[in-house]
Amino acid sequence: MPVVTLVYAALFYLATIILIGGLAYRIQRYARTPQPLKIPTTPAPTTRIGVVLRMLREVVFFASLFKANKWTWLFGWIFHFALLLVLLRHLRYFTEPVWGWVVWLQPWGVYAGYAMILGLLGLWARRFLVDRVRYISAPSDHLMLTLLVAIAGSGLAMKYVWHTDIVALKAFVLGLIYFDWQPLPADPLLLIHLLLVIGLVMIFPFSKLLHAPGMFFSPTRYQVDDPRERRHVARFAQAAGRLAE
Amino acid sequence: MAQQAKFDVPKLREYPIVPRVREGAMQHSKPFVAKPEFQQPLGFPGELVDNWKEVALGKMGELLNKYRSVQVFLDICVKCGACTDKCHYYLGTADPKNMPVARQDLLRNVYRRYFTFTGKYLPKLVGAVDLTQDVLEDWYRYYHQCSECRRCSVFCPYGIDTAEITMAGREILDSVGIGQKYTNEIIGKVFKIGNNLGLPEPALADTLQGLEEEVKADVGVDVRFPLDEKGAEVLLVTPSADFFAEPHVDGLIGYAKVLHQAGISWTLSSYASEAANFGIFSGNYENMQKVAQRIRDAALDLGVKRIVVGECGHAWRVAYSFWNTLIGPFDFLDPKYPAPQHICELTYDLIRQGALRFKREANDHRVLTFHDSCNVSRGSRMGSTPGGQFEIPREIIKACCNHFYDMAPETIGESTFCCGGGGGLLTDDLLELRVKGALPRMEALKRVVDEHGVTHMAAICAICKSQFSKVMPYYGFEMDMIISLHQLVGDALDWGATAAH
Ligand code: SF4
Ligand code: SF4
Repeated sequence: MPVVTLVYAALFYLATIILIGGLAYRIQRYARTPQPLKIPTTPAPTTRIGVVLRMLREVVFFASLFKANKWTWLFGWIFHFALLLVLLRHLRYFTEPVWGWVVWLQPWGVYAGYAMILGLLGLWARRFLVDRVRYISAPSDHLMLTLLVAIAGSGLAMKYVWHTDIVALKAFVLGLIYFDWQPLPADPLLLIHLLLVIGLVMIFPFSKLLHAPGMFFSPTRYQVDDPRERRHVARFAQAAGRLAE
Repeated sequence: MAQQAKFDVPKLREYPIVPRVREGAMQHSKPFVAKPEFQQPLGFPGELVDNWKEVALGKMGELLNKYRSVQVFLDICVKCGACTDKCHYYLGTADPKNMPVARQDLLRNVYRRYFTFTGKYLPKLVGAVDLTQDVLEDWYRYYHQCSECRRCSVFCPYGIDTAEITMAGREILDSVGIGQKYTNEIIGKVFKIGNNLGLPEPALADTLQGLEEEVKADVGVDVRFPLDEKGAEVLLVTPSADFFAEPHVDGLIGYAKVLHQAGISWTLSSYASEAANFGIFSGNYENMQKVAQRIRDAALDLGVKRIVVGECGHAWRVAYSFWNTLIGPFDFLDPKYPAPQHICELTYDLIRQGALRFKREANDHRVLTFHDSCNVSRGSRMGSTPGGQFEIPREIIKACCNHFYDMAPETIGESTFCCGGGGGLLTDDLLELRVKGALPRMEALKRVVDEHGVTHMAAICAICKSQFSKVMPYYGFEMDMIISLHQLVGDALDWGATAAH
């Protein structure tokens, strides 16, 4: 087996372990930390179902961001939606046979690749052009955008400029899943693309990408507005003082 | 009657624009530090402890384990910038550290340095910083330039609430011995005397008697202001400013008139003569609970069936959102009524039942607008449906006034601007901040004054009322433009046939 294949296979497994382990660690931390008081940002739903709908509006339409800033909303939403399509498109490398709807999605996934870059560049431009956003941007924010643009760019380049052997690639990926390792086509562009993706996956649990799982633990959004109807008591408070009565 | 100021008062513009960043513009602003004798009763060290760094980091670790909000909010901000132009203090001062995300970053950068992998090993990359004296001073400055109004949390895609971070920051500052004089002195007074103003029982009884005489002379009705009357149906807790400050006291007169006309027996308590709970300002759970406990004790002692809260923003947030947690359950109260109930909910119910008689012409010399208080709007509710906190006060105003106009939609409701004096900042050592922070509200007010000839702005918060009476003159408005909502109600009540009884 070529060394490149071995290295990449090892990196893939490592990245998967870091992603799952790291996320599990963060999520259990969020879940176990108590929220002593009721702090939904009101007006807030008064029922669980209402909260589910509120969350859906946030996750699907970025409702609060829409209220806040139309440009950020536009670029942010384009980027995230395009990313979703691109990820779904990539399912064809992980499934055999490829599901019908994934096949149908293929051309859209390619457009989405462009849209993704457009969204990212829009967001990036704000980091330079808007003085307030420039002020709050750290090097890591620029690096994250660099990484994402590079991933999208290298992916599109493979589609249009420097083709790679996708049949062999798919064999490699399926081999990883079924522990039946196959050689990875050693095209430089593919290697770069995969390395960047591996990097992104590895930093996920240590970076602001935590917003994806974290937003479901944001008390201002997930809490039901019913403090008078239901007594909410946190564990630490229960243990301390008269609340134990 | 524009006031002379030692600082530049912002100009009112026809269309507000977001200012360009001016670094350090409010670097000089910080409130007086609490003296040792006011720190200790609250359980905080008297002055900066020698090992403050360890203590501060220890406290930060404790808060991260205690508050999911703090832990999650410090992790998940993506620096999208959506909140950067939402804070009235940024809009009024242009100091970038008054942008909500930058305010959070003051704490976040230290959190990253000591509590996260990337911050420990790659601090430069993620902007993590060591906890130094400078950082500590920045915390003191800028966590006292946030009124905990939660406007930023409405617009953040993840609901990150800077108020939670500010409270955590202040709690850490308290724990190392640098508390804020204004807030901590007041909490001390509540512990000792029962209210924020340090008004003892005899003085209170005196004041209330004076009010009875005043109302009698005014409308010829024996409206009572009962104190410590056992067996009353309603315990009314209200901010102590209502007892004598203007225009607050006219609101108190309004509550008394409403209760009188509806025939509801009620009482104030000299032991729990304060609705405001300054414990919320530093977010310290124990102090907040201790302040609130007096109200439960008073209600039990007086044997009341209902607890009603007067016009006060933070008080209502604590009462509505936190009381049941802190001092509940309220199983000893009449389950027919929400516990606690806002005075506006009570008045509105009476209006709907037809239990109040109005002569709306009595308010015809006024053209009204309404200022939604931040903590009522974004930290609580009234009535049974979301947004009741916006509808109910407006319905009350419309029931007793003929002329009412709302300010621009992006400045009211859930997007309302704080008055500029909330969150423990209502102190003269922060006057510049308060004046500048009021800019967005003043601009919105100016527009309805110009377009509709608005003469008065009604409010339902003691802090808003004090703050506006103080800062409006800087913008060329009369200080008595600000008015208690229940003054409008009280003025419009028709005593006709009942004046005799
Ligand atoms: S809570 Fe209010 S005062 Fe504090 S940062 Fe947010 S908008 Fe500004
Ligand atoms: S809106 Fe929320 S996520 Fe965006 S910068 Fe502000 S706090 Fe961070």
